[in-house]
Amino acid sequence: MESKHYNSIIIGAGPAGLTAGIYLSRARATTLILDSGVAGGQMILSHEIANYPGFESISGYELSSRMKKQAKNFGCDIMSGISIVEIDFESSIKSLRLSNGKKFTADTIILATGGRSRNLGVAGEDIFKGRGISYCATCDGDFFTGKEIAVVGGGNTALEEAVSLTKYATKVTLIHMLDSFQGFQHEQDEALKNPKIEIRLNSRITAFNGKDGLESVNVENLVTHEQYELNLDGVFVFIGYEANTDFLKGRCIKLNERNEIVVDSQMQTNVSGVFAAGDANAKRYRQITLATADGTIAALNAMDYINKLKTNALQVV
Amino acid sequence: MVLPTNLEHIASAAELNETIKNHPNVMVCCGRMGPMCIPVYGVMEELQEEYTHIAFRDMAFDSPEAAAIRNLPECRSFMGLPFTVYFKDGKVAAATSSIQSRDQITTILDREFGQSN
Repeated sequence: MESKHYNSIIIGAGPAGLTAGIYLSRARATTLILDSGVAGGQMILSHEIANYPGFESISGYELSSRMKKQAKNFGCDIMSGISIVEIDFESSIKSLRLSNGKKFTADTIILATGGRSRNLGVAGEDIFKGRGISYCATCDGDFFTGKEIAVVGGGNTALEEAVSLTKYATKVTLIHMLDSFQGFQHEQDEALKNPKIEIRLNSRITAFNGKDGLESVNVENLVTHEQYELNLDGVFVFIGYEANTDFLKGRCIKLNERNEIVVDSQMQTNVSGVFAAGDANAKRYRQITLATADGTIAALNAMDYINKLKTNALQVV
Repeated sequence: MVLPTNLEHIASAAELNETIKNHPNVMVCCGRMGPMCIPVYGVMEELQEEYTHIAFRDMAFDSPEAAAIRNLPECRSFMGLPFTVYFKDGKVAAATSSIQSRDQITTILDREFGQSN
């Protein structure tokens, strides 16, 4: 099958990828953005963004719609809902193939694949999603009014949401794998002093049970290895985020121990002509403003790389 | 009461009935503007260009009129937004609760309504 060539292919249509797309297409570089989901990335999930300069308050949905439109208006091609099955980033002409058979080549690649909420990966999790298992307290909390639930996790989000869910639930069991919480001290204090919250440290859920809806979970104490069943109506999972880099594992791109992409200050990966931007990168802070900054740096360096390629080509001719 | 999405909205139970009467294939996503719902609206927006034989609609979950979706027997055990219901020839063909991926949605669309042209 014939492939189409672009100056740059950006993988990921979150704020980092869309910003890179805006810069590159405005600089007249032919640019394609690919995304496995819909444009917007994690940004689309925010009810309200109040710290993005220029907007006192804007929804993630609206901001991502504007970024996508801006990139398209500059001539950027965007393909959503795609799945990449084959990559070659080490050759001078980079190439990738999608599950639908389409093949694309490019002078440069920008990896802006972002992150996703971590699932427990426990038996029954998919079956009871939306039937007792939730990943959003503000969305689904009121379904559990007068019911007993558990919250899984030990960071700030888990602690905050456990307290918030006591508005609805009669009892919240906070289950965490480690022997202490990782959230801020004030978040821990709020949870510990709440009479509706029961703490179970060194514990993990090993199975979800029920018929039409969730009815109980199996819990293992990781110190004593005691296994027991806990009857409840719902479980909220807040165990952090992970980088969307599964398709890069074992390939040429260097990842750290958390499978995040390792870049230098210019967003250059260890492979020439391949840049990375946004939440998939190894970094301390993950914010929309930082993702757009990463996307800008990656795009400007990709443009520089493309220009150098053109110059070299002219010299060869 | 309608949602600020780029989809066509259903504002009342009467409109819902009219839609499923006039279209053999209907997908209705009933939710709020929350993190579990918005990705589903996003997928629907993109799919409606491809799946032209299906009517894609949304409905505000908090509208009293949305009881027409909330109280469906198929949604009885649902405890996660959005409630997404697929109607084939006026009857419920499938229903899901909580966030769904593009692949999960297209699997249902292809199975219940046939693949896009």
